[in-house]
This record gives sequence, structure tokens and C-alpha cells, in this order.
Amino acid sequence: MEALLALLIGVLTACGIYLVLRARSFSVVLGLTFLSYAVNLFLFAMGRLVIARPPVIGAADAYADPLPQALVLTAIVIGFAMTAFVIMLALKSRAELGNDHVDGGGVP
Amino acid sequence: MSSHLVIAPVLLPFLTGVVLLALRDLPMPARRWIALTATLGQIVLATLLLFVVSSGDILVYALGDWAAPWGIVLVADRLAAWMVLTTALLALFALLYASGGVDRNGRHFHVLFQMQLFGLCGAFLTGDLFNLFVFFEILLIASYGLLLHGGGAQRARSGMHYVVLNLLGSTLFLFAAGLFYGVLGTLNFADLAVRIASTPPENLGLVRAAGLMLLGVFALKAALLPLHLWLPAAYASAAAPVAALFAIMTKVGAYAILRTQTLLFGPEAGLLADLFQPWLLPAALATLAFGMLGALAATQLSRQAAYLVVASVGTLLTAFGLGSNEGIAAGLYYLPHSTFAAAALFLLGDAIARRRGENTDHLRPAEDIPRAGLWGGLFFISAVLLAGLPPLSGFIGKFLILRAALAHPALPWIWGIVLLTALFALIALARSGSLLFFRSQPNPASDIGTVAPTSLELVPIIGLIALALGLTVWAGLASDFTRAAATQLLQPEAYIAAVLGGAR
Repeated sequence: MEALLALLIGVLTACGIYLVLRARSFSVVLGLTFLSYAVNLFLFAMGRLVIARPPVIGAADAYADPLPQALVLTAIVIGFAMTAFVIMLALKSRAELGNDHVDGGGVP
Repeated sequence: MSSHLVIAPVLLPFLTGVVLLALRDLPMPARRWIALTATLGQIVLATLLLFVVSSGDILVYALGDWAAPWGIVLVADRLAAWMVLTTALLALFALLYASGGVDRNGRHFHVLFQMQLFGLCGAFLTGDLFNLFVFFEILLIASYGLLLHGGGAQRARSGMHYVVLNLLGSTLFLFAAGLFYGVLGTLNFADLAVRIASTPPENLGLVRAAGLMLLGVFALKAALLPLHLWLPAAYASAAAPVAALFAIMTKVGAYAILRTQTLLFGPEAGLLADLFQPWLLPAALATLAFGMLGALAATQLSRQAAYLVVASVGTLLTAFGLGSNEGIAAGLYYLPHSTFAAAALFLLGDAIARRRGENTDHLRPAEDIPRAGLWGGLFFISAVLLAGLPPLSGFIGKFLILRAALAHPALPWIWGIVLLTALFALIALARSGSLLFFRSQPNPASDIGTVAPTSLELVPIIGLIALALGLTVWAGLASDFTRAAATQLLQPEAYIAAVLGGAR
């Protein structure tokens, strides 16, 4: 399970970085989304991967670390808001500059 | 009461922002008065906090009385209080200038401004890595709104770069925070410091990677070379009071570098001691050189001011990069000076641009501006401040930095670059001044009445210059304080004991 998750995070990060380096704002936004998925999974995995354990101390003889789950919730909310903002900004920039290049210049 | 003093500078701008959002239909003057009163209150709170911590106490505020390392804590030491006071003073003058009409150019200016203050003060006072991330996000999302305030194609273009780069920075920050938690099992600064010092050898590489990722994030916020490319366009295209407030934003990155460098990776950190040291000084010197070259090449006053901000970050981190008590003390003296002086130049550039018609602040000869003596005089004083000429605070700051570098092995590099770039700054500002004020043709003098200096332009500019002059006159007091702050930073045991020792 660890290897699968590590591979998944790695692939998501690689895709995210590739897309962020593209010239069109749409791919950049998609890349940022991929990166935020990758980091959320990464944060979650930092509490160690355990199965069938409650995130509550004392409810069972072993427990899953609840803190990364709280961190991930915060990170998801912030990442969601930021993605919404950057989409609005990309649309605004498309309207103001007449094209969707990240530098606002003409693209062949 | 006094135990809540630590959280007060964080809560006041937050509550003011919420109130302003709820009362968004009030007439503009009423909203301005609310914002100005709150910012004045912020200055009072910051001054009180500074007095309380100047005795050397480290105030710890556990939210919900839930003790560290499990609860969330706010920590006020000399450094944090110094930064909060600098922010509050800068904010007052930026807000006064904005009340001259800039705040009407878009919606919710005052709400965003207060939220920006909330994020800034929270970032300075938090004692927890994850909350540092959260406060960074708060100040960033407010800054996105402020940067785009007023609209326009130029702002949309530079805003896009700024937002995307900072989102990438936030992602990297989360990776670093996750790695710290995964390896060390804590996110509290004091607890991290203890556990980093006793990292088992098999985890050294991971902690080193996480630490250097943090350095990368903070370097992006501080606009350290090569992560500075977003700054000049963003600051030059922002509205003047916003750019003036942003003068403190790069200092947040510098603050975070200083905090992690002294607390987490200080001399006590065992095998991970001085993790940032090999990177910081060369990058800072390169930033300084590059910023000044940019200032030389700039064709607009606002862009020149933005490059001077880059250069001031270079100077500041050169001082911090020395790692010695004197170096950090000199940097902390230089920090408010460079913030106020750069902010004054942004405001001044906008006031001058309003009087030059379509030439705005492009550095080319044009018609005389009305009351050129007044504006030229103010420009001259801020240029002296920024170039670091005697007798003003820029000179004192640079002198302290040069003196602190005396014992450093890289002495020739530091002295050479700092002195040479001071010459560059002098040339760049002298060229701007002569193009703006001397090589101008007589004005037909028809529209002088419409562009008389207003008090909402003059008071903030003169106020910011006066703050820098105050730093000159009371340089002894200020540098005694910064030396005490540096001593406190280099003894992280007191910080750790205050946070983890069960103090309330």
C-alpha cells in the first residue's frame, strides 16, 4: 500500500509540475490542482497508513493519528479557495488581455 | 488582561475586517474612520506589547489554555513585537494615503487591508509551523485582492504570475510541513527545535530536505535571487498604498528565515546546525547586486522602487546571513528603515505621477511639475535614505552591517558588494531625480490649482520619512533594542523553556 501511494503522489506531482510549466493558463490551473491533490495525499500519509483504526485515542487499543487528518482538512479548504480564486483570475486575465497565455502575450 | 495582549494584535484587524465587511454599505468616510481608528489601536497594542517584551520576557499565549506542544500557541518575543510595531506603523500611513481616493477604485479595499494586517501580525506571532502556513495563506489571499485592486490589464498579468508562484510556494510549504510532522511528529516550533537536535542519523536526510524546502518557500516570499522575478512587475503595477504596504511582505519571508535559522537550525541543532548558512549569504549578496542593477536600468519610478525593495531584502539577508549577534542586530535595525523608506518612495512616485499627465512616473524629461521644490525635496530625502548616505538611518544601518561583517571570512565580498551597490543606488536615484525635476521644460502653468498637494498625500509621505528620521535620532535606543533581540534569538533555550515549560 505504501509503495502504491508513494507512486501515486509522485505521478501526481510530476504531472502537476509539467502542467504548471505550460504556457496556457488553463493547464497551469490544472497543474496547481494536481499539485494540491498530491500534497493532500502526502500530508495524509505522514500520519502513517493504518487500516481499520479509529482516529480517537482510547476507543480501541490502537488508533490512527488524527492530526494529519485535521491538517489535510485545512489544506483542502485553503487549496479549494485558492483554486477558485485562480480560475477567476485566469478568466479575468483572459478578458483583459484577449488571450490565455500566462504572460499575456501573443502565442503563435 | 495583560495575558491576552499577545493575541490582541491578531484579533483587532480580524474583527475590524469582519465589521467592515458587515457594514459595507456605510458611506466611504465612515468606513475610513473605522479602519483608521482600528489601525491606530493596532499601533497602541503593538507599542504596549513591545514595552512588555522589552524586559526580555517571552509571552506565550495558549489558545483555549491547551498547553504546547499539543495546543496552538502564540509567542511574543522581542523580534515578533518589533515586526508587529513596524507593520502597524507602516499600515497607518499606507491607509492614510489610500484614503485620498485610491480606496474608491475597487470594492472592499478596507476589508482586504485589515485582513492583510491580520495575516501579517499572525505570521509574526505564531509559534507553530502549520499556523505559519495558515497565516501566510491569509496574508497572501488578501494581497491577491489588494494587488488586483483597481483592475487593469497590467495588474491582471502580473497578478497571475504572483498568484501562481505563491500557490506553488504554498504547496512546497505543505510538503515541508508534512515531512517535518512525518519524521519528527510535531509542528510546534519549540518542540521541533528540541527534536531536530536529537534527530536519529537515519532521518537526517529527510529533515535536511524539509528544512531546505522551507528555506525555498521563505526565499520565494522574501524575493531572494533566483526567486525574485515576480516582485518588480507585481509591486510596480499595484496601487501605490498597496505597494507601500507590500514593502513589509518581503520582510515576512526574511523574518521566517531568521526565525527558523536561529530557532530550528541554530548552533544547538547538532548535526543539522547552520543548515541555511551556506545558501543564505551568497544568495543574499547576489540579490543585492541584481536588485541594484535593476534599479539602475528601470525606466519608471515605481519599478525602480520595486527593485530597491529587492535590493533591501538582499542587504537584510546579508546581515542575517552573517549569523552573528551583531549581524542580526544590524539587520533588525535596517529592516524598519528600509520598509519605511521604500514605502515613502512608492507613495511619492504615485504623487509625482499624478502631476505629470501622460508621462506618469516614466523617467524621461517632461514639463515642470507644480511645487517641484516640495516634491523634489521629499524625493531627495527619501533618496538619501534609500541610498544609505550619511547622516540618515540608511547609513547607520549599512554601517552596522559592514561593521558586523568585519570578523566574517567573506569580508571582501560583503564589503565590496554592499559598497558598490550603494554607489549604484546613488547613481540610479540621482538620475531619476535629475530627469524628474531638473531636465524639465517650463509649464504653461494653467492647471496648478487642480494638483495642489493635499494633506492626505503629504502627511503619509512626511510621516514615513519622519519615522526613518526618528530611527536616526534615536538610533542608540533602537540599536540597543535590536541587539537585545538578537541576543534573545541566539539563545533559543529561553524560547523553548517558555513554550514547553507550561507557562500560561
